[in-house]
This record gives sequence, structure tokens and C-alpha cells, in this order.
Amino acid sequence: MSNAAVSIACEPKVDVEQARAHGLSAEEYRRIEQLLGRTPTFTELGVFSVMWSEHCSYKSSRRHLRMLPSRDESVVQGPGENAGAIDIGDGWLAVFKIESHNHPSFVEPYQGAATGVGGIIRDIFTMGARPIASLDSLKFGSFDHPRTRYLIGGVVGGIGGYGNCVGVPTVGGEVMFDAAYNENILVNAFCLGLARKGELFSAKARGVGNPVLYVGSATGRDGIHGASLLASAEFDASSEHKRPTVQVGDPFTEKLLIEACLEAMKTGAIVAIQDMGAAGLTSSSSEMAGRGGLGIELDLDRVPLRETGLSPYEMLLSESQERMLIVAERGREQELQRVFEKWDLHAVVIGRITADGRWRTLFGGQVVADIPVAALTDEAPVYDRPAAPPPVPSKPHATAPRAEPAPADALRRLLESPNVASKRWVYRQYDCLVQSNTVVEPGSDAAVLRIKGSRRGLALKVDSNPRACVLDPYLGAVATVCEAARNVACAGARPIGITDCLNYGNPERPEIMWQFIRGVEGIRDAALALKIPVISGNVSFYNETEGHAIPPTPTIAMVGLLDDVSQRVTQFFKRPGDRIVLVRTARPSLAASEYASLFGPLGEAELAPIDLTLEKSLLEALVAAAGRGLISSAHDVSEGGLAVALAEACFNSQSVLGAEVDQEGGELGSAEILFGEGASSVVLSVGGENIDRVHVLFAGYRLECRTIGTVTARPRLRIGSVIDEDTIELWRIYEQALPKRLERS
Amino acid sequence: MKWGVVSFPGSLDDRDALHALRDVLGQDAIALWHKDEALDGVECVVLPGGFSYGDYLRTGAIARFAPIMKSVARFAADGGLVIGICNGFQILCEAHLLPGALTRNRSLSFICEWVTIRVDNSHTAFTRAARDGELLRLPIKHGEGLYVAPDEELIAMEERGQVILRYVDERGRQSEDANPNGSMHAIAGVANERFNVFGLMPHPEHAVEPMLGGDDGLTLFRSVIASAA
Repeated sequence: MSNAAVSIACEPKVDVEQARAHGLSAEEYRRIEQLLGRTPTFTELGVFSVMWSEHCSYKSSRRHLRMLPSRDESVVQGPGENAGAIDIGDGWLAVFKIESHNHPSFVEPYQGAATGVGGIIRDIFTMGARPIASLDSLKFGSFDHPRTRYLIGGVVGGIGGYGNCVGVPTVGGEVMFDAAYNENILVNAFCLGLARKGELFSAKARGVGNPVLYVGSATGRDGIHGASLLASAEFDASSEHKRPTVQVGDPFTEKLLIEACLEAMKTGAIVAIQDMGAAGLTSSSSEMAGRGGLGIELDLDRVPLRETGLSPYEMLLSESQERMLIVAERGREQELQRVFEKWDLHAVVIGRITADGRWRTLFGGQVVADIPVAALTDEAPVYDRPAAPPPVPSKPHATAPRAEPAPADALRRLLESPNVASKRWVYRQYDCLVQSNTVVEPGSDAAVLRIKGSRRGLALKVDSNPRACVLDPYLGAVATVCEAARNVACAGARPIGITDCLNYGNPERPEIMWQFIRGVEGIRDAALALKIPVISGNVSFYNETEGHAIPPTPTIAMVGLLDDVSQRVTQFFKRPGDRIVLVRTARPSLAASEYASLFGPLGEAELAPIDLTLEKSLLEALVAAAGRGLISSAHDVSEGGLAVALAEACFNSQSVLGAEVDQEGGELGSAEILFGEGASSVVLSVGGENIDRVHVLFAGYRLECRTIGTVTARPRLRIGSVIDEDTIELWRIYEQALPKRLERS
Repeated sequence: MKWGVVSFPGSLDDRDALHALRDVLGQDAIALWHKDEALDGVECVVLPGGFSYGDYLRTGAIARFAPIMKSVARFAADGGLVIGICNGFQILCEAHLLPGALTRNRSLSFICEWVTIRVDNSHTAFTRAARDGELLRLPIKHGEGLYVAPDEELIAMEERGQVILRYVDERGRQSEDANPNGSMHAIAGVANERFNVFGLMPHPEHAVEPMLGGDDGLTLFRSVIASAA
């Protein structure tokens, strides 16, 4: 087979400078020349630049990600496919993944966020699963930053605009505001789908001679170099000009694609399927061939186009959305085409699977790219980049406490802080009900979905804790995994699987690489100790602008399983007279707390160590307590500490309740106890008839568990002698904080 | 009785409507395809929620031209029962099977939340299982639910009792705050003059199981079942 490819007329000259402009290093360019045994054509250079980009190749992270535990008896599909899958019983598989869309969302918030949602939904139905729920983790800059309101409006609008129109409910998420994200917001989108056991699809090509079908939207010029230049490079003042590299979403077509693909999968004529995500046609075709150890040939003249005159370079690098590539059983193309026609979608044979292990594309009858498949996939560069802790510890110095506010004032200020306040303004814009599975709607610790035709349910939660990761990237990551697990356990669900989205700065800087490795080690250690596999994930590097990196932000999405969904628990107090119980694994501290961020760093700036054995016990005890129907509510103590958690538990949407909280020893007076975080604490409410059994149960797990008060019908929250507030008024502060800030003109 | 739920491209709550009718209410319910014209002998047609054809133009503006809509119009003209929920309501207005139109919410943003609805005319095929003034908790989820109609038309509709459902507060009173999208006369659902075509923005099919937040939507479906009996 000849190894030659022709250049197209008028194409730029290919040399090391051109390679640099494509984001490839001189060393990488030399390797390309070696692998090909010649100078690449301009088309080929473009192809290498996207496939060898950080975004597609994971070249800086790959060797470290191997340390994550991704196997156990329930894992049906670990990392390596479009999403991971876990057996949840009753013949069902939960298929899920999280992915970032940070840079596109900063440059063009509506479309960036919308296409982030679209991309992750495609990853799920590509596996043969019907997408049933989405979550989003959002990080914005300070509320006072001039761009923040524009960005949050666009991002939330985009998530809603896409998710609502495609019929996948957005059931939860998290939103944080911090000046550290002023110039680089984060948009991490999670999706979960259900597939029948044994009916999972793969993106591994099989069968020499099998046809390759292009289905979905036509190809246009949008999103070219999204993966390489936008996702795999830092931001600077010119980043605004990268707006054309952001794709444009069409949720209507995505909805048709979901139905058509799921229907086409039933024919049995699909061998392999992958969505055209980052690096579009190039990555989907080369990765499917690579997984199968085969070659692939594409005829670009057959690609459906939105406009005439696209060059092969543009077609191969376009990231136009809502497109899929399918390897079909030979002779059964028409069966598939009939299904896509029913849904008014393109389905065109554009190529075939070959035996020669080469990725070959033709245009105008001539070969314009001819590259060994392995050079684009397995043989892409892998780096062991130098890592070193920053010379000067990045942690803020402990400073003398400023004047501490009175506890009641602090509570009000915390409830009004955008990081603590109700996110109703955000989730009210999302359809959380479609598909009729949502049994715990947004607003409680974790969302809960029922599985129709089964007693089981799934609890979903996404968490991150960048402030803790700034102090200690390892412990911060451990804490994030524990918090996400605790949140689903508070809903009564046993944590069964993790998908992670690792957002960091430029990996070419040793201190960033160090943060990243410490983060992965933290996730590994927590996942091992808690026995929860990490089945999929995504790495987003280069989250920095003008050399200023975001805080290390590993985002953890946790999936929990309820054997009986009727045993679900929410965070809200239910019955006056119930006793309030505090369970915790350590003493809370103000390090990395919302209180410290509002009122200045007070005291210690060190994170307390985390006892993972106790963490595991806490999860098991919570699930056991819910399973036996012993608790009326369970709420994880997070931003704002115990006082905020107690207030939030009072905000029952049926009617706001109150609480009388007392504790011997006068401990409740201190800011650490009232507002401290990081102690893996949970506030429970328990009927008087169950209180002894709850104490026995938690004591059996060697957990500190104390009755600290009583739920009251009278809407007042009294904590010792330091706080005595009207909870209806607190609820108004909590509910109105975001609308007040976002809707003022 | 036999129900038909139409699927347009971009319909989303068609599966939810089928689930409510079949699995919860035990009805004979079939899916009808937008490209077909046959209604297969159904006794009530449901136009479901969603974003038909993406609703990139005006909500419901394209769906009204779907082949099935010819049959639905004929069916309605013959006195057949038709319910349009959310996008289905928008389609019925576009098709002039119902008066008025639905425009962008007052807040200009999509709203998903549970609201209180008052039944203001219980003497229809769609509400006979309710009492006049009965309050229902139902969810809304739409970006374009602000009901508008010319003043004289509204007055006539009110006189004829065509305003079937209204947004109210928990005590059943109309108010600015209790009107989530700014609809004229706080209208949440209307019928045509013959009272055989009914459109509403709230989603009764999402309120059929206590586990999912409430089951007040059953009242509306049971009314239709009682009417057919």
C-alpha cells in the first residue's frame, strides 16, 4: 500500500512553524515526520494537531489516571469507552460520565454550555443507554466581577435551552462563585442513562469491509480547532477571538438522534457507534478503528455539508454538533437508513473498515490523508511531565482573627452569600420532571430518581471543594469524594460509582502537574477506602488566563443506589417533635470555609486529616438508618457549617419549621462549631420512638452521635444562647439572595 | 377508553402521557405518529408537551401543519375530545382550534415549578370529576406560557365559561405573585366554545403519582374517562 497523500491546491506550506501554530511542539512535529516517513500534508497536520492535543490524547494525564481504581464486580464498562457502566440489578445498567466545557462556555456562554450538555448526552446514548438525568457543576467568578452576571445568564440559559428541549431532565448540580474563576469559569456536565444488561454498545470497529455511516446533522465550519486551540491552550487577552471555535447546538436534532439511534440499535445492524465530539469526524473514525486494531477509509465527497466549498481540513476538524459515526453490518445499511429516514435525519455511507490499519481519507478521488491509525491513537505522545510542589506554600497564612461578627449576623450573612443561598433561580430554569422519574427534585442534598418497573432508585450528586484543594490538593480531593458519597448516603443510597472531571491549570508547569497528581492520588485513596470504582471521567487542563491558574478543582459526580426507592430521605425536617441528632467524624474547622471567605481567614489554615475508615462507617450507618426507616431527614453539613445546615433543614417547602438546639458544655458558642466545615458532619432528625435505635446503630459504627435538639412547629431557630431567629425570615433571605443580585437592573 | 397521544418530532412528554394513561390509569392508549393521518378510532387525542420541530420559529407554528393535524381538526369538528398540554396547547392555538395565543413568560425565562391551579368550570368533559373552585397542585415547565387574547374575546370567553383553569395562590386567590408567567386573567387552561377541545399549560401527566410530587392530575384524566363512559 502506498504511503502518500496529496496536498490540496492553495494549502499553506507545512513546516515546524505551521506545526507550532497548530499547538504542536517541534519535537512532536519531528515524530510526525518519522511516523509518516515524509512531510505531512496540511490536512494531515490538522488531523495530528487535534488527535495529539491534550484534550483528545490525555498526553499529560494518561499515566496518572491509571492509578484510579476502576474495576469491581459491578463494573461492566470502565474507562476507555464513551462512558462507564455499572450493573445496578434488575437487568439494568447505569451508564454515566462527566465532561468539561470550560473554555467554550467562557468565550460563548450560551452555546458553550448548551453544547457541553449535548456532548455528554451523546456519550451516553452512544452506549445504548437512554439518557435519564443530567447534573451540572458550575464555577463562576466573583459576583462583583463585571462579566459574572452575563456568564451565569448565558450558561444557565444554555443548559436549560438545550436540556429542556432534548427531554433529559436536569435534576441537580452545584454553583459556586469565587474570584479565582473570574477569567476562567468551569462548566462540568454530567449525564446518566439506563441500558438493559447485555445491550451495551461499543465504539470498537469490527469486520473488514463493513460500511461506515455518517448520521445526524450536516457538517459546517463551526468548532474547527475546538479541541486543540480552545480546549488545550491557556487563555489570554485574544481569547475573545476564539469565539468561532465554539460549536453551535441544535437540541431538536439531538432529540431526533437519540430516538433514531436507540431505535437503530434494536435492529442489530450496528457493529460500533461513536459520537463526533471533539475533533469530530477525525477522532470518531480513528478511535473506532484503533480500538478494533483495524483501518478505515473515508470518502469526504460523500459527507453531508451545510455549505459548499469546505476543504478536507475543515471537514475533518469541524466540530459541528449532533453527528454520529456508525460501523454497520455489511449489507444491512438500508435497514439503518430506513430508521434514520423515519426521523428525517441524514444517514450516508461515507466509508468502510479496512484491514491495513491505516486511516485514509479521499477527497475529489485523491488520497488527502494516509496515516497509520495507531499514530493517531495508541502512539500519540504520552508525557511524564515534571511535578513539584510550589516553592512557597500556596496556602494563605493564618492571620489574626478580624473582629468576629455576632453569630446571628454571621448566619444571616452566610444564608445571603451566593455560595450558600438557594439556587432556585438557577434550577427553576431547568425541566427536572420530564420522563417521570424524579422523586427528589433539586434543592435537597442529592437528587433521587426512581427506575420504572423496579423498586430501585438512583441518587445523584456532584461536588467539588476548590478552597480545600488550594490548601491541600490531596486532602481536598479526598474530602470532595467523601462529601459526594456522604450526600448520596444522606438520601439513603449506597455510593456505587464515581465519574470525575479534573479541572487544573497548565500541566507544563511543575506545580500544576503536582497539584494534579496529588488530586488523582486523593481520589484514588478515597475511592479505594470507600470501595467505590471510578468508571469514567475527563481531564481539563490549561484552565488559566495570563499565567494565573484556577484553584485545583477535581469535580466528583457520585451515583448511589437505593434498593428500595421508598426509603429515600431528604434534607428537610418533617415533623415537629422529632429529635435532632448530629453525627460527625472530626471537629469542624474554619479552614477553607465559607465563613472564613466572608469574614477573613481566622485561626488555622490547615485542613484536618480525614479518617477514611470512619468515613466509610458513616456512609454505611446512614444507608442502614435509612433502610430501616429510622430517620426522618438527613442533611450533610457543608458550606456555612452546622448553623446553616440547621437552618436549611428547617426550610421544608410544605411549611417552614423551627428548631431548638442546645448542647451541654457551652460548645455552641464558638465560630468553629457553628460555622466550621470539613468534619464530615450530618444533621439527622429522628422520631422519638427511634432515637435509641439510632444511637445504638451509630455507636455500633463507632461514630460520634449526639442528640442536640428538637424540631419545632414554631418557625424559630434557637441555637444555645447565641442564635434565636425567625426561620421564615431566614428562608426569605436564603431564597431571595440570588434573584435580588441577578435581577437588579 | 381508547386514547391517542401524538408524537411530533421534538415531542418530549409523549412518553410521560402514555405512562400516565397506561401504567397509572390502566387505559388503552396508543402512540400516534405525526406523519400519519389515521387516528385509529381513539376517543380522545392528546397533544403532548415538548418542543415540536424545535420550536425555533414560534411554538407550535410548524406542528399545526403536520399531516396528523388535519385529522385532529376533523376529529374536533366532529365533536371528538382533544387535550393539548403545554406545547400541545400552543399547537391548538396555532391551529385555531382554541382561541388566543401563548407568548414568552413575563420573566423571559423558562420556569419549572409546582403551582396551584383553580378549576373555574367543572361542567366540562375535562373537569367534571372536580368541583368548581377546587384547587389542584400541578407542575408547569415552559418558556412561553403567557396566555393572551383580545379583551373582547376574553370577556366573551369568561361569560361562556371557557376559562377552565386559573393560576391562584395556596388559598385559591388570584394575585400577581401567584401568576407565574403573567397570563391575562391568570389563565392556565381554556376550552373552545363547544367544550370538546381543551388546552392547558400545567402538566397533569406529571402529577399522577404521589411519589413524583402529587397526583392531582388524575382528576382531569378521570373526568375524561367519566365523560366517555
